[in-house]
This record gives sequence, C-alpha cells and structure tokens, in this order.
Amino acid sequence: MSEIWSALGKAMVLIADFDPDLVEIIGLSLRVSLIAVFIAAVVGLPVGAAVALFRFPGRPVLVVLINALMGLPPVVVGLIVYLLLSRAGPFGVFNLLYTPTAMIIAQAILIGPIVAALTRQTVEDLWQEYGEQLTSFGVGPGRAVRTLLWDGRFSLLTGVLAGFGRASAEVGAVMIVGGNIDHLTRVMTTSIALETSKGNLEIALALGIILLIIALGINASAYAIRDVAYRAES
Amino acid sequence: MPTHGQILPLVFDKVSYVAKGARLVDEFSVTLDPGTRTIILGPNGAGKSLILRLSHGLLQPTSGAIRWEGPGGGNRAALHQAMVFQRPMTLRRSVGANLDYVLSLRKVPRELRRAKTAAALKRAGLFAMRSRPARVLSAGEQQKLALGRAWVMEPEVLFLDEPTASLDPAATREVENMINAIHQAGTKIIMTTHDLGQARRLADDIIFMHQGRLIERAGAEEFFERPRTPHAEAFLNGELLP
Repeated sequence: MSEIWSALGKAMVLIADFDPDLVEIIGLSLRVSLIAVFIAAVVGLPVGAAVALFRFPGRPVLVVLINALMGLPPVVVGLIVYLLLSRAGPFGVFNLLYTPTAMIIAQAILIGPIVAALTRQTVEDLWQEYGEQLTSFGVGPGRAVRTLLWDGRFSLLTGVLAGFGRASAEVGAVMIVGGNIDHLTRVMTTSIALETSKGNLEIALALGIILLIIALGINASAYAIRDVAYRAES
Repeated sequence: MPTHGQILPLVFDKVSYVAKGARLVDEFSVTLDPGTRTIILGPNGAGKSLILRLSHGLLQPTSGAIRWEGPGGGNRAALHQAMVFQRPMTLRRSVGANLDYVLSLRKVPRELRRAKTAAALKRAGLFAMRSRPARVLSAGEQQKLALGRAWVMEPEVLFLDEPTASLDPAATREVENMINAIHQAGTKIIMTTHDLGQARRLADDIIFMHQGRLIERAGAEEFFERPRTPHAEAFLNGELLP
C-alpha cells in the first residue's frame, strides 16, 4: 500500500513541476483529439442534419453505416486505418502510419459517427417543432440546415464534447496506428498502458489524474451548457 | 417587400383532401376576396385547419384546384402570405433576432432590418423585451411575437390557425387587438376558430364547415342573426353536431 502512496506523491510532484515529458505527452494528446473532434464536427454536423431532413438515394445505407460505426470497437477502427495506411494499403504512399496524422484520422473516424448520430436526433426533433413554420417562411433546404444547426447549438455542442471525451480517452486505435513512439506518437492513454506495464506507476498515475481532470472538465462544461440552454430556452 | 393587391382573390375549385382513406375535405369550393376578416368556423375535426394549410401550400389537394387569381398569383404567391399557428414557433434566439431572421429571408438589406424590427416590436408591445431569449416569454408574448414576425413581412394575406386556443383571456384580448391592427393596416385575415365569441368579435364574413364540407357562407351579421342551415343553427345554439 505504501508503494501506491509513494507513487501518488511522486505523480503529484511530476504534475506540479510541469514535467517536460508529461507536458509533451499531454500536449500531443490534446492536439490530436482536438483536431479529430474538429474534423468530426465539420463532417458529422452537416451529414447528420442532411440525414435528418432529406430523403435521398443511399440514405438508408448512410443511416445503417452511421449507427454501425458508432458502436465500433476502437481497435477495429485502428486495424482498418492501419490497413489503409500501411505500405501495402491504398494510402501507403503518403507514409502516414505511425504519425500523429494517422492518430487524428483514426479518432475522427471513431467520433464522426457519434457527432452525426447526435446531430441527426437533435435536428429531427427540432424539425418536428419548426417544420411547418419554416416551410411557411419559404426557407430553402440549405438555409433550413443552417437554421436548425444554429438553434440546436447547445445540444450539438454537448454532443461534440462527448465526442472529444471519447477521443481523448481512447487507447486501442491510437496504439495501433500511432505505435506509441516516444516523443512522436505517445499520448496519455498509450503512455498509461506502457508505463503501468513497465512498473512506472508515478508517470501512469500522473497522466491518469490529468485524464480524470479533463473528463471532469468536459462533463462540467456539458452541464454548464445545458444549464445555460435551459435558462435561455425553457 | 411585397405590395398589396397582388394575389387575391383566392379560389378553391372543388378541392378534396384525402388522407389514409379518409375524406377530410370534400368538394370544397369558395372564393375569398380581399379586405375582410374571414373566419372559418366549425366544430373540432371539421377540416378548418386543413383549409388553411391547403391555402398556404403546406398541403397539396388530392383533387380540385386552388388558385390565387391576382396578377402576382403565380409561383411567387407564397411571398405575399404568412401564417401563425396555434402553438407559436419561436426560434431559439432573442426576440429581435426572430424578426431579423424573416427579414433576412425576404432579402431586406441589413440597415433597413434594424429599423423595421424596432418598429414591429413596438407595434407588438415587445420592444422592451427585444434582447431576451424568445423562449423565456410567456405563451401570450410568444404568440404576439409570432404575429409581429408575420406582420413584419407585410403579407397580403395572413392565415391564423386557432391563434388563441391555448391562451388566457387577457392574452387572447391582446392577440385579437393585434389581429385587428394588422387587418387595418391592409392585410386580409383568414382565421380558424371554434370559439363562437371570438368569431362574433372578429368576423366580417363566415365560412361554416362541418365534416370537411362547406355548410354555409355568409356575412357575419347575417350568419349570426339568420343562419340558413340547420347545422349552423344547431352550432350557434351550442348543440353538439352529429
């Protein structure tokens, strides 16, 4: 037991000292997940809205695809991205395997469907309420999508935050496509896995505490957003 | 912005509307002229709301034709109409932004929008609330906002579907006053209600419907004093129609 307490103490010292290795790992984690969530939002928001509002050929396939991808285990996403980016794969020429870019791609594929599915639900619910009046106003399809995305902004932001939470907590996919290379593709989750197996509990614990704080921060933000939205809209 | 005298009269020519095998509007023929406040009256399920939605183009008739016979009555006729629903739909933005939204849809230049929004909010008695989120307003205030938002588009025809059905008497009075003000500013009012008192207060002419059919069409005074059909007489006496 004393071993754990001493590791915890050392972990606190690492955090308090802004240990450069630690800062580097946290920085890369945040960079990868933030870019991934940005890409997921740019693609997922309009796709989700389009699926909610329009009937077009291929729509059922898209719906099934979104729902299936949402529940996909991260390691499977990692495996697919690995195959696509590996030398023998279709995108092998870009030499992206074992780079932060590969990790961003894997995380974006992982959370894009979540953002799209949440957007679809939010926009469908809003359309129930807005549909007749917007039609009466003479709003065209493009404007309708923009209106509903803006008016659903609080719910959608919560969805995007959930996506960021999943991305930053995920280990399987980034491990496979990033390779957990020191100073290059080592992020918080992969470091925790590695350092724990090596017995370096203080680093693992320090990173775990930071991840916990990030998770708490995300949920506190989501709660605050819902609170603001409730006061503004109820 | 639209000018008046473009799209009326509105003609229904043997219009029927069938949904899931049920004939909800049956061979409905009528001509609606400019100027008056036309109240569509009848018990629940008479097809009143369907007539509004068919007129406004939200629904397409199963058979028959609906024509706007004025000079501007072609495919741009929708620009001269507005509709307010029983449950007001307010955008999740400020009161002022709700008006700005429809003005931007009608391609009103930004400099003009501010002045028009302010004037419309003053007419609706909502100017002091212009920065508040629309969704925190009371039901009556939201309905006045919906009316003000329709008014700012300066429609030639305003459709109102039971606009006071979920409001208390004080809010109902304010909404009715606003409807009259919009009418006096030159807009044709076509409104449904199942409230006889409201029909007496507002109507210039009456379309009385029952079970999807036009039963009686008359000037308001004539309809209330001397109904020509047994159905209308029974309805005016507060009896339940078969």
